[in-house]
Amino acid sequence: MLQVNNITVIFGGVTALKGVDFNVKCGEIMGLIGPNGAGKTTLMRVITGTVIPVSGTVTLENINLDGKPPYLRIRSGIGLSQQIVHPFRSLSVLENVAFVAGHGKTKNPLMSIFRYSRDREKQKAMKILQLLGIDKVAEAKPGNLPLGYLKRLEVARALALEPKILLLDEPLAGLNQFEAKQMADKLLELNHLGQTILLIEHNLSEVIRICNRLVVVDNGTRIGLGNPREVMDDPIVRSAYLGGSHHAAS
Amino acid sequence: MEYEISLLTIMGISIIGALSLNLIVGFCGQISLGHAAFIGVGAYTSAMLTKSGIPFIVAVVAGMLLAGILGVFVGFASLRVREDFLAITTMGVVFLFMGIVRKQEFLGGEMGIAMIPDPGLGKIGYMVLVLLLAATLALFSIYLKRSWLGFTFDTVADDEDTANLVGIDVARYKLIAFALGTAFAGLAGALYAHNVKFIDPESFGFIESITILSMVVIGGTGSVWGVTSAAILLSIFPMWFQFIDNYKLLVYGGLLCVIMLFSPDGLSGLFGRIYNGIRSKKSNASG
Repeated sequence: MLQVNNITVIFGGVTALKGVDFNVKCGEIMGLIGPNGAGKTTLMRVITGTVIPVSGTVTLENINLDGKPPYLRIRSGIGLSQQIVHPFRSLSVLENVAFVAGHGKTKNPLMSIFRYSRDREKQKAMKILQLLGIDKVAEAKPGNLPLGYLKRLEVARALALEPKILLLDEPLAGLNQFEAKQMADKLLELNHLGQTILLIEHNLSEVIRICNRLVVVDNGTRIGLGNPREVMDDPIVRSAYLGGSHHAAS
Repeated sequence: MEYEISLLTIMGISIIGALSLNLIVGFCGQISLGHAAFIGVGAYTSAMLTKSGIPFIVAVVAGMLLAGILGVFVGFASLRVREDFLAITTMGVVFLFMGIVRKQEFLGGEMGIAMIPDPGLGKIGYMVLVLLLAATLALFSIYLKRSWLGFTFDTVADDEDTANLVGIDVARYKLIAFALGTAFAGLAGALYAHNVKFIDPESFGFIESITILSMVVIGGTGSVWGVTSAAILLSIFPMWFQFIDNYKLLVYGGLLCVIMLFSPDGLSGLFGRIYNGIRSKKSNASG
């Protein structure tokens, strides 16, 4: 479904990504992992178009996304949940999701002036909030909510786009163990409903539990790809996470 | 009676000017310190056209169109710069407008344009027209705020990067806000020109831009009734109390400071909080 080919990103002489490639198959949860500073978020930004690579291509269902601005890539079928939550703070939780659910009404700015009703979008948004278990705070403003709710709001908003693939950048970060497990279960539930997911996450136990495959990056290069257990048993991957001495010792 | 008619006409024009800026600043969150330039474009265009024999209505529409087109050009600046930088860029627009108009003989230069033709509606007829247009713009603003265009403006004003990442073509929405806001500014200018029948570059300077911005900020950015109320108060107070007119800048500056310090969401926010306070007290008492 999503094909990332030979991506290289250079920031002012520093190579952030070097020839990274992988693909996400339809209907799977793929984990994108790596130590801090490995280049995971940069890779996510390349996919959404907020970072332009010096070389490489990104395709979604065989449609080349290169050169397309972020909003067109999103409209091509990518739903993004950002690492740092960015709710629209003047809107309620329900309005945040309903706004995105009305993506058909906002496609043409000139026509959007003639579109008035929000009822259908609010109903759709409420169903998504119920699915993610945050319907109780539907009328609340995001500024008054704890991080756990805001993380789920990010996912809800991305889902409202009815994306072909959901990109989740550390959706479990900042959550306690119970909340993280709950959230991971929700992601698994979404996947069982047919949602393809690319998940960046540091919580390895949850990643290994819910992902079908893993791709591992370190220092901007891909160092592993495949079944979670096999990938995590790879000495190169273990070395990247635990340091060179561990690798030597093992 | 004539004085009251003149007062109400000026008030209506001020409401149109303030609501037009509210579309850009209040609805879409794009700061603009050069709004008087677009009012000037509307005023000069319609004045020139009516002086050359073009009917009043056609001249007004032409003024709106030209102001709107120039507004889109300035809107392009908002695609490259934001916040403080956009404020400085738009401030430059008003100085650019004055600089250009002052040097053009066909626009009357420093002397301006006098003897602008009367629209032929009579003083009362003209006042009614202005007030009807002001009311229509207020109703249009309320509709716009509740339409999907207004909904999208809310998100662009909140966080344009995130709006982009939920599939919004932010650039086009910002350009629409500038086009609409500046076109209505052109309308205010055209109505002003045919009301006072004399315009010069000084009528559309930086101070006028700040005066209109004061109406929006003091009323509460984004609030249609708040901005309308502020435009009414700030346009008629200096005329009722002549001593205020002499210290207009001081009063406006002071009001801006007080509002920013104690109620950044303007009069609408202040009254909203008072109303909510009274309602919660009542519900506590009945509970």
